[in-house]
Amino acid sequence: MNALEFLAGINPVAASGAALVLVGLWGVLARPNLFKIAIAFTVLETGVNLVILSVGYIRGRTAPILDAASDAATASARMTDPVPQALVLTAIVIGLAVTALMLSYALRLKAAGGGSSIEAYGEEKW
Amino acid sequence: MMRKVLVFLALIGFAFALLPLAYRAGVADEPNALATAYLERAPAELATANVVTAIVVSYRGFDTLGEVAVLFAATAGVGALLTKKRLGSAGARAPRKEATEVLGTAARLLTSLLALFGVYIFTHGHLTPGGGFQGGVVIATAVLLNILARPQSHLAHGLMTAVESLSGAAYVALGLLGAFLAWGFLDPRALPLGELGKLVSAGAIPLIYSVVGLKVGAELSGILEALKGDRE
Repeated sequence: MNALEFLAGINPVAASGAALVLVGLWGVLARPNLFKIAIAFTVLETGVNLVILSVGYIRGRTAPILDAASDAATASARMTDPVPQALVLTAIVIGLAVTALMLSYALRLKAAGGGSSIEAYGEEKW
Repeated sequence: MMRKVLVFLALIGFAFALLPLAYRAGVADEPNALATAYLERAPAELATANVVTAIVVSYRGFDTLGEVAVLFAATAGVGALLTKKRLGSAGARAPRKEATEVLGTAARLLTSLLALFGVYIFTHGHLTPGGGFQGGVVIATAVLLNILARPQSHLAHGLMTAVESLSGAAYVALGLLGAFLAWGFLDPRALPLGELGKLVSAGAIPLIYSVVGLKVGAELSGILEALKGDRE
């Protein structure tokens, strides 16, 4: 198998999503700073969203929005899968809410004098 | 050292789990039965040009109501966690510096345009790639710009609470209207469907997405204001 064939087999959206998932997972597991952990979660979420979107993509097809170019009769023959896109829309909003809540907890812990490193909370470990 | 090895092993495991998706992924040639049904029936049943909007607001409308509820709970949590009293001395830091002339002028210039653009996005959610959540985020960016330009100022808290609760109530009321008039909770066919592709079409979907947009805009503005850390 030559290099060109290998490159053609890579799904670019899913591959970049997978890379973001790994970066985010590394940030969550290996970084001690609470704020950086919260941001790593958003990177992880973005990667997961890209992977989900790439699953619903069909090569050569257009977005599931009807206009002059694609009428209702040919819609299912010319458009991609709309369900993953609807799910990702929900996931983005929930991810935003979770990020805001994580950052507020980190701010409160810091304001209470606990520091922003997760190493400072050893006694909460299970 | 042990931890680094474990983290590395976890990353390798995840990379192997994601590999089949990234390389020679089983991307389908045809949408599956559910997607095909949505693509064929959404324009005919609901007169919605944007099929994703039809799924989010109508077919899976109950999910979206739950999603709005989750966003509300998160906003309430952020607001409760980050008050001046709870943050203590860390909240009452030295007075913030005033913004530069450039930022102040840009904020004055862009605020109304951003708000208008947000309204445009959420009222055209059934025709274009947009909707309540996206439009609400654009409105919240106008608030963020003003928070950056005038750090001492405060959001009209009562007004935001009123917009949020009234739009939430209007969302549920539109859902109940669908239940009584079209025999389905959140069924947009309670209102006349109109012609596909027109601004006034798709039944209650533009109304539902407008109240979602107002609610999301007010909630995100509340989160931004709370994260500033000087709320009473």
